[in-house]
Amino acid sequence: MIIGEQKPLQEICAMLEGHQRILVTGCRSCVAICLAGGEKEVGILAESLRLHSDLRGRNWEVTEFTTERQCEKEWVRELSDLVAKSDAVVSIACGVGAQTIQALFPEVRVLPGLNTSNMGALEEPGVFIEKCGGCGDCVLHLTGGICPIVRCAKGMLNGPCGGSQNGKCEIGHDTPCAWEEIYHSLERLGRLDLLEELIPPKNWLPSRSGGPRRIIRPEAVLTREEKEMRG
Amino acid sequence: MKIIGYVCSHAGYAAADLAGEERLQYSPDIILIRLPCAGRIDVVHLLKAFREGADMLFVAGCLEGNCHHHYGNHEARKRIDQAKSILEALGMDGRRIEMFYLASNQGWKFKEIADEMMRRASELGPNPLEVKE
Repeated sequence: MIIGEQKPLQEICAMLEGHQRILVTGCRSCVAICLAGGEKEVGILAESLRLHSDLRGRNWEVTEFTTERQCEKEWVRELSDLVAKSDAVVSIACGVGAQTIQALFPEVRVLPGLNTSNMGALEEPGVFIEKCGGCGDCVLHLTGGICPIVRCAKGMLNGPCGGSQNGKCEIGHDTPCAWEEIYHSLERLGRLDLLEELIPPKNWLPSRSGGPRRIIRPEAVLTREEKEMRG
Repeated sequence: MKIIGYVCSHAGYAAADLAGEERLQYSPDIILIRLPCAGRIDVVHLLKAFREGADMLFVAGCLEGNCHHHYGNHEARKRIDQAKSILEALGMDGRRIEMFYLASNQGWKFKEIADEMMRRASELGPNPLEVKE
C-alpha cells in the first residue's frame, strides 16, 4: 500500500490562509490502513482546523468527507456537491488522490495535507516499512522475495556490502541488512545456488526516467467507437 | 470554569461515586461523562469539547496493567498525548488535558485529580476561545 504521513498542522493551516470554505477529504484505502488519511484522521484534522479557526477568528467553514478510493474518478465524483461549496480542498489521501480531485475539479484549489512517502507494509502496529521501489523490473524471484532495491540502503543487486554487521545495516541498528535476510530466505527455500549467479547491471529504463510512466493494457483500452457507444 | 472528566465505568466513575459517598469535597465545576472504558475516548471528542467551551479535560481510567478491557487505558493515554500535541500546535497549553489512572476504591485519589485540574484551571485561566452560547 501507499504509505503517507500527515503534514504538520501549522503547515496545513498556513496553506489555508486566505480561504474560507474548506473541504477536508481522505481516502478509505491505503492511507486509512497506514492511519494517515482515513475517515478517523479526516475527523481529527477537520476538528483541529475548526479549533484553529475559532482560536484566531477566521470563520472557516470546514466540512469533511472520506472517499472510498480517491485515486478513482468514479469515487471522487461523489465530492461534486461539497467541492462546489468550497474554495479549498485539503486532501489527506496520497498525491494520486489529491491530483485526481484537482483533475476533476480544476476550478478549486486542492492542497496536500499529507506527504506521500513510499510503497510499504505494516511491520508491527504503528510501524510501516518501505518494501517496494516501483523500479519496473522486479527481481524478487532471484532474492528470496526480499527487495534489494529499497530494503538495501545501497540498492545493491549483489550484496551484502562490507557495512553489514551482525545482520544489521551500517546506516542504523534498527535496519536489518537486506542481503542477510535474502541469504536466510534463500537458505530456507533451498535455493542458495541463486547467490552464485551474478545479477547483471539493472535496466533502469522502466524506472523513474523519461517522465511519468504509462502502462497500457490493450485489452482494456476503448476505441473511439466504443467510447461513443458507452457514453 | 468548565472541567470535563471522562471517566471509565470500572474505575474513574466508581471512584467518583465513592468520593461522593465519603463526602469528599471537590469543585462543582467538574462535569463527568461516563464511558464504558477509557479506551472509548477519541481525539475528536476531546478537540470538540474544547471547541464547545470546555476549559479543562481529563480522562480517568483503570490503574496501569489493571484495565477491565486489558489495554483501554493505554489507548486513552496515546489519544490524550495526540490531543495534547494538536493543542500545542494550535497554540493552546497541553496541560489543559490530562490522563489519570486510579482504582475504584480510591475516592481520595479522584478528589486529588479534581483538585489538580482545578489548580491548573486557575493557573491557565479560561479557554482562550470565545465561548459560543
